[in-house]
Formats: sequence, structure tokens, C-alpha cells
Amino acid sequence: MEKKNYTVSIYTENNLGLLSRIAAIFLRRHINIESITASPSEVNDVMRFIIVVNVTEDQIKKIVGQIEKQIEVIRAFYHTQEETIFQETALYKIKSQSFLDDHSIQDFIKETNARIVTVTTEFFVIEKTGKRKEVDELYDTLKPYGLMQFVRSGTIAVTKNEMPISGILEKFNTTNSIS
Amino acid sequence: MEVKTASFEKVEKKAMTVSGAEAVIKCLLEEGVETIYGYPGGAIMPVYDELFKYQDKIHHVLTRHEQGATHAAQGYARVSGKVGVAVATSGPGATNLVTGIADAMIDSTPMVCITGQVGSNLLGSDAFQETDIVGISTPITKWNYQITKAEEIPEIIAKAFYIARSGRPGPVLVDITKDAQFASLDFTYKKCSGIRSYKPYPEVNLLEVERAAGVINNAKKPLIVFGQGVILGGAEDLLKKVVEKAGIPSAWTILGLSALPTDHPLNVGMVGMHGNYAPNLLTNECDVLIAIGMRFDDRVTGNLEHYAKQAKIIHFEIDPAEVNKNVHTDYPVLGNVKETLNSLLDLLKENQHTEWHDRFKELYKEEYKKVVSLNLDVSKPDIHMAEVIQQINEFSKGDAVIVSDVGQHQMKACRYGKFNQTRSNVTSGGLGTMGFALPAAMGAKMAVPEREVVAVIGDGGYQMTIQELGTIFQTKIPVKIVVLNNGFLGMVRQWQQLFFDKRYASTEMINPDFVTIAKGYHLKTNKVTERSELKAAVKEMMESKEAYFLEVKVEQEENVFPMIPTGAAVSDILLE
Ligand SMILES: Cc1ncc(C[n+]2csc(CCOP(=O)(O)OP(=O)(O)O)c2C)c(N)n1
Repeated sequence: MEKKNYTVSIYTENNLGLLSRIAAIFLRRHINIESITASPSEVNDVMRFIIVVNVTEDQIKKIVGQIEKQIEVIRAFYHTQEETIFQETALYKIKSQSFLDDHSIQDFIKETNARIVTVTTEFFVIEKTGKRKEVDELYDTLKPYGLMQFVRSGTIAVTKNEMPISGILEKFNTTNSIS
Repeated sequence: MEVKTASFEKVEKKAMTVSGAEAVIKCLLEEGVETIYGYPGGAIMPVYDELFKYQDKIHHVLTRHEQGATHAAQGYARVSGKVGVAVATSGPGATNLVTGIADAMIDSTPMVCITGQVGSNLLGSDAFQETDIVGISTPITKWNYQITKAEEIPEIIAKAFYIARSGRPGPVLVDITKDAQFASLDFTYKKCSGIRSYKPYPEVNLLEVERAAGVINNAKKPLIVFGQGVILGGAEDLLKKVVEKAGIPSAWTILGLSALPTDHPLNVGMVGMHGNYAPNLLTNECDVLIAIGMRFDDRVTGNLEHYAKQAKIIHFEIDPAEVNKNVHTDYPVLGNVKETLNSLLDLLKENQHTEWHDRFKELYKEEYKKVVSLNLDVSKPDIHMAEVIQQINEFSKGDAVIVSDVGQHQMKACRYGKFNQTRSNVTSGGLGTMGFALPAAMGAKMAVPEREVVAVIGDGGYQMTIQELGTIFQTKIPVKIVVLNNGFLGMVRQWQQLFFDKRYASTEMINPDFVTIAKGYHLKTNKVTERSELKAAVKEMMESKEAYFLEVKVEQEENVFPMIPTGAAVSDILLE
């Protein structure tokens, strides 16, 4: 079976230790996590993990099954890249001098919908949000100008179709916690 | 120590409050716990101090090693169906629980482990006897939690018991910092009856059951393979009714053993690496394979590429993650087997499958000739393991609990043991933990004091937890211990013989005088070296009112057959 990038969305109780439980599921199967983000979800007290991995569909199904087994996991889903709208954010720090020396940089920024976040006498910080490929392209473009620092976030994603989680979470929110 | 005086003052001021440590005991009482197994130490001392106060209500068994505590709790749980409880201190005490927790996890045994932890102000500082037991036990627990505040104790322990026993059972670990044990709280207890993010088992989908029934009703050569799920779901009677109504030959996994009486005419034996010939061979001939509460362990399936490819597979399973995990299932039936089998029963047509069943009988005849008769052959000078098991059957009349360790003797105990009642076969199936049986038998006997409990152990595994003889002596638990001494790590030696050119690397055992050791623990003992002494010795042991140690010198290089070599198909099972 062909390996693909899958985005796993996991809705959980906000509990200490769950991250290591979830990470252990991947670790045990020798699956490298390409990207991971964790943050509060649209529902109060419910956390959402978004994990991107490159695996086969068979693997991802089993992994999601194991994730859902965890006591504090409410639901877990997986989606292909085509089924999601996903974005990354990156910050590029560049010497101010290069900026002044070569005006074409400013054009790149405009063309790629990046924006300047901070300007000091020493450096500029540019921010770009987009698909991984776009972030990479800007990286390649800016590299010759002397990148002082570069950092990118994990992927965040929403599905194109309606997520069945919405109803579940709504109900979830109104039922009592641990009884 | 400062914390201690502070919290004790508080207790005196507020009559309704108790210390965290006392709350732990009160929680156990609320959960109906009567017996716990453990070992004290600095970080759990407040709890032990309270145990002293409550000793007329909770029986604490001081094992000689924390591993013994977990296995005893497991034995207790497996036989009683209740949650077993093990207690240990932080650091080395906690890490000593790990093997038993892993064992309980893979064999779905309900267990709650309570560990002490260093004070919360010291967490993460590499304090004396600090270990990240929550981190260590994460992959081997159904759930775990570290309590740092006394107020959390009732809610978390209630949750721990609920999680351990509900759905597919498993071990839970609760780690409690020492300051949380000392601090006080207003104690109220409410049993946990649900957790919003946790569904213990899926709801039954009647359509799934109907589909399965249709396939079963049309099957020509159906085969049932049942596992421990039947026992955990309390569905033994239903299984029997299903088997009888549809007339389906039924085989068991090692943990399913005793769910259906051994002598039942439709019981066709064990599947898997050392299972019976017919059910293994015919797995690759049946047209419908009905898996009930079993998880297609690799020891059961052999090479998956050649496992029941011709059959439609129906899987009755409580844990959705097990469906399609190893074997592709055509008809999953999710839910608690007690519910699903109940619905199935009404939909099944009465059937006989006589010809198909005869195939099992024919193949058993062949197995009998090539294996069983040799295993019971009394013309050879050396005693065979199977003979000892048969003698135990003779005196137990099939009513004993047999607890086996891991190795050749385990296979013989399971293959030759006779069981009329459920929850009578206790063994370490998924993890294959040597050292399991002695402490597990102790726990089992405490769960069913009215029944005979016999531990069958190899000379290797015996020495892994031999110190528990001390616990047996001190607590006077009348468990029967049979060590089948072949002077080898027999199972490994067998593999060396068959697959490593008989190079017996580190499998020979020069053993101590086991009888003297048992005598040192003041146990009744006996040793059998001649067949002529065997019957009388087993009789004496079975009739003893006290704990009893029996060593039997058995044939040194006997092998366990049938056998499916690793990587081979189940139908490539060897008889010799
Ligand atoms: C803790 C542990 N260590 C190692 C093994 C590997 N192992 C499986 S069976 C076996 C031999 C068991 O020998 P013994 O207890 O004498 O029983 P026998 O096979 O001779 O009946 C060993 C070493 C194991 N299962 N568990």
C-alpha cells in the first residue's frame, strides 16, 4: 500500500500526560511524526491535536483505532491532504543590510503574500503562512540573502467537509464531566 | 516530617476531614476491596500507617517482591472477576511492578496499582527514590494518573476502578505524592459510573448480528475460536448454548480455556503454536471462522499470509481497535459478547455438522497416536509432564483452578488439564511471564478459598519468584505447588534442539535442593522421582489442608508437540 501524508485530528479531554500516551502510539510503531500541534479546540475544555504522518491507509486506520482507545480521547479522525485545508506559518529572519542592498527581496515578499513583522537596524522578520511548499519556496528564495534564523510551525488543518465531531462535541459539552 | 504534623493538626480541628492516606483506604473499602498485595517503603508509608489502623477491614498481604504483588493481584482478579489491587512505594518499588502491569495489560486483567511518589515539591528533581512511573507505565496501562493533591484522591481512585473493570478490562496505575497522602481533605465518595470521553464498549448493532447469523446458518464447515473475552464478558453459558444449538466445533485460545468444559463434545481443543492438531489444521479448511472474544495473537495465527484465507471471518469483539488489526474481518460484530451472543442465539438455526465434526475426531485420533499416547506412555522410565497433570485431574475431578507458569509445563497443563468450571485456568498468555504462577496461585487461592488451587511450574520460572514461598508460609495460604523439574529451561531447550542444532546455550539448570528450600519455609513437601510414587504423592498433596510443595523429576528432554514452527502456516502443524 502506498504511503501518503495523513492529517490526524484528535479531540481530547484537557489532561496532563495524554500527549505522551498519543506520542507513544506512534513511537511504538516506528512512525515518525512529521508535524504536531496541540491547542484548545472550538469547544471549552476540549483539546485538539493535529498530527501529520506519512504512512499507509492501513496503518493510519489502526493508529486511529489505538488513539481512540485512550480513555481521554473523545474522537480521532484521519484525512488525506486532499480532504483538508492545511496551513503552516514560518518566520524568516534576514539581515537588514541584504534587504537594503537588493530591492528584489521586497518584490518576493509582495508576490508571495508574506509580510514583514519586525524591522530593526540589524534584521527584518518576515512571516509567511501557506502550504508547506510555499513556505519552502520562500525559504529557497531568501536563503541566498543570508537567513539568520528560520522557524516553521506544525501544520494546522480544517477539513473541507463537515466534521462529524461537531455534533458529538456539542453533546459532550452539555453532559456532565466525570460522574 | 513537617508536613505531617501540620496535616495532623488539621485533622484534629476538622472532624470530617481525613488524610489523603486514609482516604485511599476508604476508597478501597468503598470499592469492596478486601485483599490487597504490596510492599511498603518511604513514599507509601502514610498509606501503610493507615492500613495498620484498618487491618481488620482490609487484608494486606506482604509479598516478598513487588512483582509478586502484581501477579498475586492478577491471580486474584482472574479467578474472582474482581479488580486486583497492588501497592508499592516509589522508585524501585514502582518499577518492580512493571512486569505484572505489562502482563495484566496484554491479558486484559483488571488491576489497580497504587504507588507512592516523592513529595510534589521534589518532582522532577531526581529526588531519592523518584522515578517517573507514570511515564514508564504509560504504554502498559489502560490509564494512569499522578495525584499531587489530597482532594483528588476519591475521584481518581473511583475512576481507576471504573476504568480497570469496565469494557475491556486492564491495569490502571495511580501514583500519589507523599504530601498528598499527608494532606487532609473532606472525604466523600462517589463510585464512578461513566467518563464522558470513554465508552467502555460499543453498542450492539443488530444488523451486524443478523448478518453474522446468516453466514453461520449457511456455513458448511464452521469453526468457532473463543478467547478470554467470553470469560470477561461472563458469556460462558451463552457460548455453550450457541455452540450446541448450531453444532459448531469450538476451539479455544490459551486464555479462553475453561470457558467451555474440557469434556464438552464440541470442544475440539486449543489453537495456536502448541495447540491441537485438528483445530489448527482445519482453520485452513473451514468455510466460516467465528472468532469470539479473541484477538488473533500471532501465536494463534502463525503466518498471517496463510491463515484461514479460504474462510469468511466473523469477529465478535468488544474492542473496535482489535477488528482488522491482524486478520481481515468480513463480518465484525462489535459489542459485549454477553449482548451479541445473546442476540445471535435466537437467530441461529439448529444444526449438527456431523461430518465436519467427524473430521476433528479423525484428526484427534491421529494426534492421539502420535502425541498424546506418547505423552502418557508409562513404559518409558521417565515421568512425563502430562502424566502429572492427569494425576492432578484425577484428584481434582476437573474442579481445581490450575495456575501455570511459562514453558513446556504450561502447554502441558493447558493441553491436559481438565476443567469443568470457568475461570479455572490462570496463566500468563500474552506476555509469557516466567515467575507468574507462584504468586498468581496465591492470589487465586485467596479469591476462591473453597476451591483447590494448584500451581504447575517449571524449575526455571519457579526460581524467578521463589521468594513468595515466604508469603505462602507467613499467610498460610493453602496453595498446592507442583514443580516439574526437567533440569532445563525446557521450552527454550526444545527450540535449540529443533532449530539451533541442539546447541544448548545456557538452558541447562543446576538446581538447588528444592525440597530443602521449601522445608526452610516450613512447607509440607514431597519429591517424586519414580512413576510408582506419583499417584500417592499427588493424592497426599491434593488432600492436604495446608500449603504443599511437590517436586516431580520429569523427563529431561521431552518436547511439546504438536507445534507450528515460527513463520509457518497453522496447517503446517507438526505432530513430531
Ligand atoms: C521472564 C522470562 N524470561 C525468559 C523467558 C523465555 N522463556 C520462555 S519459556 C522458558 C523456559 C522455561 O523453563 P522452565 O521454567 O524450567 O519450564 P519448562 O519449559 O522446562 O517446563 C524461557 C526461558 C520468559 N518467558 N519469561
